[in-house]
Amino acid sequence: MSDSQYSFSLTTFSPSGKLVQIEHALMAVGSGQTSLGIKAANGVVIATEKKLPSILVDEASIQKIQLMTPNIGVVYSGMGPDSRVLVRKSRKQAQQYYRLYKETIPVTQLVRETATVMQEFTQSGGVRPFGVSLLIAGFDDSGPQLYQVDPSGSYFSWKASAMGKNVSNAKTFLEKRYTEDMELDDAVHTALLTLKEGFEGQISSKNIEIGLIGTNRKFRVLSPAEIADYLAEVE
Amino acid sequence: MSIFEYNGSALVAMVGKNCFAIASDRRLGVQLQTVATDFRRIYRIHDKVYIGLSGLATDAQTLYQRLVFRHKLYQLREERDMKPETFASLVSAILYEKRFGPYFCQPVIAGLGGDDQPFICTMDCLGAKELAKDFVVSGSASESLYGACESMYKPDMEPEELFENISQALLASVDRDCLSGWGGHVFLVTPTEVQERTLKGRMD
Repeated sequence: MSDSQYSFSLTTFSPSGKLVQIEHALMAVGSGQTSLGIKAANGVVIATEKKLPSILVDEASIQKIQLMTPNIGVVYSGMGPDSRVLVRKSRKQAQQYYRLYKETIPVTQLVRETATVMQEFTQSGGVRPFGVSLLIAGFDDSGPQLYQVDPSGSYFSWKASAMGKNVSNAKTFLEKRYTEDMELDDAVHTALLTLKEGFEGQISSKNIEIGLIGTNRKFRVLSPAEIADYLAEVE
Repeated sequence: MSIFEYNGSALVAMVGKNCFAIASDRRLGVQLQTVATDFRRIYRIHDKVYIGLSGLATDAQTLYQRLVFRHKLYQLREERDMKPETFASLVSAILYEKRFGPYFCQPVIAGLGGDDQPFICTMDCLGAKELAKDFVVSGSASESLYGACESMYKPDMEPEELFENISQALLASVDRDCLSGWGGHVFLVTPTEVQERTLKGRMD
């Protein structure tokens, strides 16, 4: 009998036409750690804060930026476990595409599939929306691309974007600093400066993560040593 | 009689210099009786990809409809045409879905891929792809076709010469197969244009 209490969708419309659960999900994203992405002329960079709850946590074991395919990477703001589920589903979809067409999935198609998954969880019974926004960075035949996907399932292509705690300051900073013909290295520097802007405490190679993809179409996460080098250039 | 020879068919595709040609016979039979002499076996998927389907005609038609359906959805979603290699992988996957109750067809796929490089391949009824650099054949006349193509083929033929060669190979081979013939259809595809021609051979 009590099953019926869980058989409705949590995302039912409010009288004002909003889906309250999605609004709350966006709040969860907004209180998550800042992450940002910048699309350069020859690549894309994504970066995030990696603030750990205690100094006892082994920071090398935690990786917030992950690969969806060898040429598409993703970073999130919000609830980490939710992003793991999405990454897992997207990886599977990318492989299914490859199995069917023997061709690597274009970035727009993977973004659309991921967004579809997120939308399904806003219109099904007994589930809640994902508490993450994703920044998906990839390089395919259409060039470098950066997409943001929200808990509602809507997705946008960005030249540069930020999400999480410091979103408004970061976006203002990016609006001022972004140029169309930026090279990948410039984009990394700009990303670091943007992160530094709203950083509480001292920024170092241990409490941020950076991932980038260039014309070689291989997404990779930078090691702490490489991050330290870039930070030194920015100081 | 094998189910693949029920309707009779002959299909061949050849690679030339920056072009390809795909040809078929025109007979549709029901075992020994000829039912149609203008049957089309080669279908256009888009300007640069053509597929010929030999074997059981009903399966060929259904398979073609399914493939056009998939390709149109692909075009709408991805806002581009399918490359021939991609299309061949799709056909292979669709055929294998029916592994234990297959479509009795042997497709021949020909297209211009990246940089307008000609691409041809054939596969069996279960989707085993066979890529080739020179020519591929399929149908009840396939054995004669192998022989004719092997002797007549030359690499890097210009479009006109390619057309002559593929026509001669087709007409010679179907004469040795009672279930195919009644002329031929040839599609000659270059990066800029597509020529479709009908051949008149022995009408028997």
